[in-house]
Amino acid sequence: MLNISKTIDNGKAVYTLKGRLDTVTAPELENDLKDALAGITSLTMDFAELEYISSAGLRVLLSAQKTMNKQGEMKIIHVNDTIMEIFEVTGFVDILTIE
Amino acid sequence: MEPIRRELTIDATEGNLAAAQEFVESVISGTDCPMKTQMMISLAVEEIFINIASYAYAPKTGEATITAELQDHSSMLVLTFRDRGIPYDPVAKEDPNLHVPVEEREIGGLGIYMTKKIMDAVLYEYRDGQNVLTLKKNLV
Repeated sequence: MLNISKTIDNGKAVYTLKGRLDTVTAPELENDLKDALAGITSLTMDFAELEYISSAGLRVLLSAQKTMNKQGEMKIIHVNDTIMEIFEVTGFVDILTIE
Repeated sequence: MEPIRRELTIDATEGNLAAAQEFVESVISGTDCPMKTQMMISLAVEEIFINIASYAYAPKTGEATITAELQDHSSMLVLTFRDRGIPYDPVAKEDPNLHVPVEEREIGGLGIYMTKKIMDAVLYEYRDGQNVLTLKKNLV
């Protein structure tokens, strides 16, 4: 189960994710981002209520980061301990901007 | 305390991921295992189960059997995944290079790499026509 809510304003997008970003739900986010990122120069992902991420979710984050590197910036905020450990284990801490 | 051993056989499909995770969670929920460790175990279950669902029987589907056993007074979880798909040893897979720029980062192999990092032991064998992958995790 993943809930995605987003606000897009003047080239800035804020995504708030709630639930699990896994093999089943990651394609929802991927599809959403595919259309939404056009013209976006600042992407913020709020993980305050994201409980879980698997490699399928990491794949979507990596893809979003690659897109945003070309057109602006991306940051992830409010990452919980469990997800932070996954970012550390996978070296994603070096790729992502986490605040 | 009696050792706990449960087994689940289901079709290895993406749609059954939640069932596989809930099965393992139900076995460890009665232990003192911290929430974070439970999440990490769920993650390993996803990575292994989805690997089987994606590759073992492709393009067909087939069954996977998961055995969850609590040992040493529920301080140790032993998970075994068995399938009758093509022989595949994920333990032998080379670890991904984590120290390359973002443009060159690839996601292949990350799931099994995380599993190896999260779990205390990951053992593979091919026995009687089955892939047998055993994961061990200390719960305390």
